[in-house]
Amino acid sequence: MTSPQNEPAPPRSRDDRSPLYWLLLIPVVVPLLVPLFNANDPKLFGLPRFYWLQLAFIIIGVGTTTFVYQMTKRRG
Amino acid sequence: MWRNHLTEIVIFTILFLAVSALGFVAARWRRPETLEHLDEWGLGGRSFGGWITWFLLGGDLYTAYTFVAVPALLFGAGAMGFFAVPYTIIIYPMAFLVLVRLWSVSHRHGFVTPADFVRARFGSPTLALVVAITGIVATMPYIALQLVGIEAVLKTMGMTGDSMLARHAPIIIAFAILAGYTYQSGLRAPALIAFVKDILIYIVIAVAVLYIPYKLGGWDKIFGAADAKFAKTPSPTDGTLLNAANQWQYVTLAFGSALALFLYPHSVTAVLASRSRGVIKRNMSALPAYSFLLGLIALLGYMAIAAGIQPMAGATAGTVDSNTVVPLLFEKMFPDWFAGIAFAAVGIGALVPAAIMSIAAANLFTRNIYKEYLRPGATPEQEAKVSKVTSLLVKVGALAFILFLDPQFSIDLQLIGGVVILQTLPAVALGLYTRWFHRGALITGWIAGMAAGFWMLYVTPNAATRHQHFGGSAFALSHLGFDTKVTVYTGFLAVGVNLVVTVLATLVLRAMKTPDGVDATVADDYHVDEGDPRVKDLPEPVTA
Repeated sequence: MTSPQNEPAPPRSRDDRSPLYWLLLIPVVVPLLVPLFNANDPKLFGLPRFYWLQLAFIIIGVGTTTFVYQMTKRRG
Repeated sequence: MWRNHLTEIVIFTILFLAVSALGFVAARWRRPETLEHLDEWGLGGRSFGGWITWFLLGGDLYTAYTFVAVPALLFGAGAMGFFAVPYTIIIYPMAFLVLVRLWSVSHRHGFVTPADFVRARFGSPTLALVVAITGIVATMPYIALQLVGIEAVLKTMGMTGDSMLARHAPIIIAFAILAGYTYQSGLRAPALIAFVKDILIYIVIAVAVLYIPYKLGGWDKIFGAADAKFAKTPSPTDGTLLNAANQWQYVTLAFGSALALFLYPHSVTAVLASRSRGVIKRNMSALPAYSFLLGLIALLGYMAIAAGIQPMAGATAGTVDSNTVVPLLFEKMFPDWFAGIAFAAVGIGALVPAAIMSIAAANLFTRNIYKEYLRPGATPEQEAKVSKVTSLLVKVGALAFILFLDPQFSIDLQLIGGVVILQTLPAVALGLYTRWFHRGALITGWIAGMAAGFWMLYVTPNAATRHQHFGGSAFALSHLGFDTKVTVYTGFLAVGVNLVVTVLATLVLRAMKTPDGVDATVADDYHVDEGDPRVKDLPEPVTA
């Protein structure tokens, strides 16, 4: 094995645990809460709430996973 | 008649041939020392970075069939079809945690398939065989469905005929080409083609969701037309919103489908082909961009209602092929040349997942049947050879589905496939976290889940296709004696049965002190990242 010299130290803690991972529950649970979005009003660009709000949940999904990834990646 | 569609056919053909050429050239792309190794042919050298993985997974998970069938579902049933959006949101946070563990343990031990992992984790070749066969059985109709997607486009372009050969000649040729470059280039072919596919799809959808609503008079008009259509139907479960009867179906279908998707062997293949844990995690953050696309595509179904599209006739008299709705909408709203590009996008969109799926199924056969039972000492080179040939056979099999069976049958089978693949959840997904389950209990649970799933599918009729059985995945709880109209996703209930039985059987087998398999993995295996030596590279442990 050759050991790369100018790279940062090899991954330290192998344990991939973080309390931040609980945040990932948000984008799993919220899109399943039907009463939140099963309605027509308010409309956005003519789209009923049912459609635009569920599309908006994508932003929650991307936001949460990106945040968790950025906050936990140093730990290996 | 096809003569009226000449511009479309010419553009479709040119684009199709161009990506086919790309597929053959892919063998030289990121050229390895040899392609005659399963890691190279079947997993692209396990070296794909963020962008390639993004396109590969995107092409893999959002298939041509999705682009055709999801809008068709909204066209026919309304809000229920939109389940595809929550489904493809909730999957990524879950996969974010689970798949990196699978990647790490597979990287360490050189696993190629989910069944490889199960074999090592639970020390049971039999359980691995069950998982492998489940994967192959669930994948075959999925490949066939990609052909349904291409056929919907070909049909719209008037490429139909009376004889079976005339009707199917284009698709046979298309599939022969696909088989050719998959054989030659392995996973590199769909990875490279996925770039083109995605660019085409993005262009088409961007134009479609701006241009078509504009032509139709805005979203208010589109939803007005959809509401008017659903108000006229006798069915109480359609409409642009959910109702008391189908909202649990909506939730369980979204959740169950999300669990199923990453159990499919082709998803695992694309994940294992990536270079590191970071690549997977970054992708799980970024892939929902496709879900946005999918949501917009889904709305094409309502646009088709507003545009007054009538689906073409189905294979059997008196039925309609609702999968033709989107191609017909493109045909009606777009100029010929752009319709040609749109059709090519759908057609090429079918090739990427079809290639990955056939590779994944072939890998399962090679690793968990051929090497396990037929030729234990097979070298990686022999494995690659067997996989290449098997990928051809898998495609012939999928083609046979389309040629000799009613396409509706493939759709029903795909439905069953989702229920079937979910039964590997305890062994594969939960197995990544716990070794508590007994190998015998996992097999028992699998049998119970399959039996429950098949019974529920069997008693479900489909009014639209007039099938008495296997008519859909919405299981009516009234079958269990409840006085209710509520329906729930069959796969969700079936995997519940599976889990309960697995837990109970584990307790029984432990109490009886039945010998359990040996776990070949250690806790540390689930966290390793790139740069970590593989098990085969590690020095032999010194034994005293």
